[in-house]
Amino acid sequence: MLSIKNLHVSIAGKEILKGLSLEVREGEVHAIMGPNGTGKSTLASVIVGREDFHVDSGEIMYKGRDLMGLSVEERALEGIFLGFQYPVEIPGVSMTSFLRTAVNEHRKYRGLDPLTGAEFLALMEERKELIEIHSDLTNRSVNEGFSGGEKKRNEIFQMAMLQPALAILDETDSGLDIDALKVVANGVNRLRTPGNATVVITHYQRLLEYIIPDFVHVLYDGRIIKSGGKELALELEEKGYEWLKLQES
Amino acid sequence: MSREKNGFIDSFTNQEYKYGFVTDIEMETAPRGLNEDIIRFISSRKAEPDFLLDFRLKAYKKWLTMKEPRWAHLRFPEIDYQDIIYYAAPKRKPALSSLDEVDPDLLETFNKLGISLEEQKRLTGVAVDAVFDSVSVKTTFRKTLEKHGIIFCSFSDAVRDYPDLVKKYMGSVVPYGDNYFAALNSAVFSDGSFCYIPKGVRCPVELSTYFRINTAGTGQFERTLIIADEGSYVSYMEGCTAPMRDENQLHAAIVEIIALKDATVKYSTVQNWYPGDREGKGGIYNFVTKRGMCKGSNSRISWTQVETGSAITWKYPSCVLFGDNSVGEFYSVAVTNNHQQADTGSKMIHIGKNTRSTIISKGISAGFSNNSYRGLVRISKRATGSRNFSQCDSLLLGDRCGAHTFPSVNVENSSSVMEHEATTSKISDDQLFYCNQRGIDTESAIGLIVNGYAREVLKQLPMEFAVEAQKLLSISLEGSVG
Ligand SMILES: Nc1ncnc2c1ncn2[C@@H]1O[C@H](COP(=O)(O)OP(=O)(O)OP(=O)(O)O)[C@@H](O)[C@H]1O
Ligand SMILES: [Mg+2]
Repeated sequence: MLSIKNLHVSIAGKEILKGLSLEVREGEVHAIMGPNGTGKSTLASVIVGREDFHVDSGEIMYKGRDLMGLSVEERALEGIFLGFQYPVEIPGVSMTSFLRTAVNEHRKYRGLDPLTGAEFLALMEERKELIEIHSDLTNRSVNEGFSGGEKKRNEIFQMAMLQPALAILDETDSGLDIDALKVVANGVNRLRTPGNATVVITHYQRLLEYIIPDFVHVLYDGRIIKSGGKELALELEEKGYEWLKLQES
Repeated sequence: MSREKNGFIDSFTNQEYKYGFVTDIEMETAPRGLNEDIIRFISSRKAEPDFLLDFRLKAYKKWLTMKEPRWAHLRFPEIDYQDIIYYAAPKRKPALSSLDEVDPDLLETFNKLGISLEEQKRLTGVAVDAVFDSVSVKTTFRKTLEKHGIIFCSFSDAVRDYPDLVKKYMGSVVPYGDNYFAALNSAVFSDGSFCYIPKGVRCPVELSTYFRINTAGTGQFERTLIIADEGSYVSYMEGCTAPMRDENQLHAAIVEIIALKDATVKYSTVQNWYPGDREGKGGIYNFVTKRGMCKGSNSRISWTQVETGSAITWKYPSCVLFGDNSVGEFYSVAVTNNHQQADTGSKMIHIGKNTRSTIISKGISAGFSNNSYRGLVRISKRATGSRNFSQCDSLLLGDRCGAHTFPSVNVENSSSVMEHEATTSKISDDQLFYCNQRGIDTESAIGLIVNGYAREVLKQLPMEFAVEAQKLLSISLEGSVG
């Protein structure tokens, strides 16, 4: 589904990703771990098309198409979703009208009629049910005044509404208490199908107890220096990243 | 700022004005310029009673002694008042009795504007008075309203049919010498709308006036007078458009509202005069005096305005809270784009005891425009136990536009409370990116954010108007809204 080959990315003349390759197939869950500032969020941003970053070389193929020619919203409409590490607040715009616009844009893209107000509300209820979120966050402005945990839960809720083919969750587990962590993990698991894929970026092995990854990758200094099964996460937790770095050299 | 966003702002500031066509219709016009003869000409054309001619002449003499105000945060060249045509009317006399007698070109004009004057299309419960250049062409729903004793007609008809009401109330809220533009209007006003709601009557339909400037070189000077008698209620809407022309056209209107004991008047405006082109050429100079008098106790006047048009907007819909426990409200969204300038806000003058006022102002600036809020809240010594709440927010799109706030407060007793809040915000690239990532393109995202920002004001509008206003907000800033 997603195929990244030898990707070099820079921002403001500084190289961040230095020859990164990653292969994600349908139905898979991948975890990306790695120290602060090594380029995990950068990778996510480049996949969804943030244009502050400059792709110097390499390629990103998604469902057999080169992503480079697509705008941010086209990539989103093609089924790529990013759960933001730092979701932005949009005062005055209610979650309901925001999501209704988003859902209807997705429907339009697929040649479907827009949902009426009633249909949309029913869909929201159904998806809240599915991922067991029982809050009234949808009555408020987008992320405005949300606590850190609420913002993360809200990302998962949006994911449930849009049901993306490829979801990239950037530290969606950070700052969550154990109950919220379960909600997020539960959401990801419920939304998992043989046809979609998830990439979770995390610092904690803990999340991977709830979301069982097929692969764990270590991103270090702009490259994936090691990949393995879920046991790699445990090993990392125990030995730290220096161990890998030493092993590499 | 990323390049894409700049490019986007450039592209949406290039939006077409959709009402810019000209109707080709035979007009009778007065010669250019202003003097006593012109005023007599207008007055005689309208076969006015002497008191009105006197009023006009007094106003003219006062005007001659006054200076054009320049204190607003506005820049515009010298206006040559002798180069304006002060009277223009369709040659074929419009008739009020039947639509068949209205010039078909005029009907077509209002149809193009989305305002139907035809009987069978008037299902929405909105009575319309349409003013084309200087003359009211058609007032709809007149019979239904008459059943309730409601008078809703052109100002000229009111002068002919209800001279006592006109004489009693005209100029009682906005005196002819109130300010430069009010004096000018009082001297040369051509037509406008008149409305009287009798005691205890709740007006069953929305009343609305559509103003249209058509003829080149003309100024439009209409007057609206609304009288809500004791215990009555009326909701009144006003809309305006004008053709695209390279020269600036002057619009100097007066709206006066009188609310007697226990009466409520809601006055809503969607102002969409031609704003000029991208480079700031052409457009309407909109110098308007709007004021309501809460004369009786427990009366209420509420102004709601959505200002998207005009090259220059100078207006401060105000309330004089004379009756005890009376309430004044002002809800405003003002959008400026390209080289538009707006200096708008409100005055709340508290005189009666326990009077309350609310000011909610939302300014949105884009392009090279300037958008100012100017407000005055005065709570007099007598007005004990009074309150005002003011909130003035500014939203900036891009970094070449300006937003300014000039609040002025004067509380003369110690039992009254005044609160003022102000914020300035920008639509950030991060917000747009977040929307884009959810599949919402930048244009729709801006529409969503702007409409969310203005929601508090938009929800005050009557249903029929709210939809139109939402569309207009998006059109004046971009293409469409989600
Ligand atoms: N807009 C930017 N301008 C300049 N440098 C940037 C910018 N965005 C990211 N960087 C730099 O790129 C590097 C990688 O950042 P990135 O956010 O991808 O790290 P990360 O792996 O997600 O870290 P964390 O675990 O702390 O979230 C960092 O050194 C960061 O300072
Ligand atoms: Mg990060």
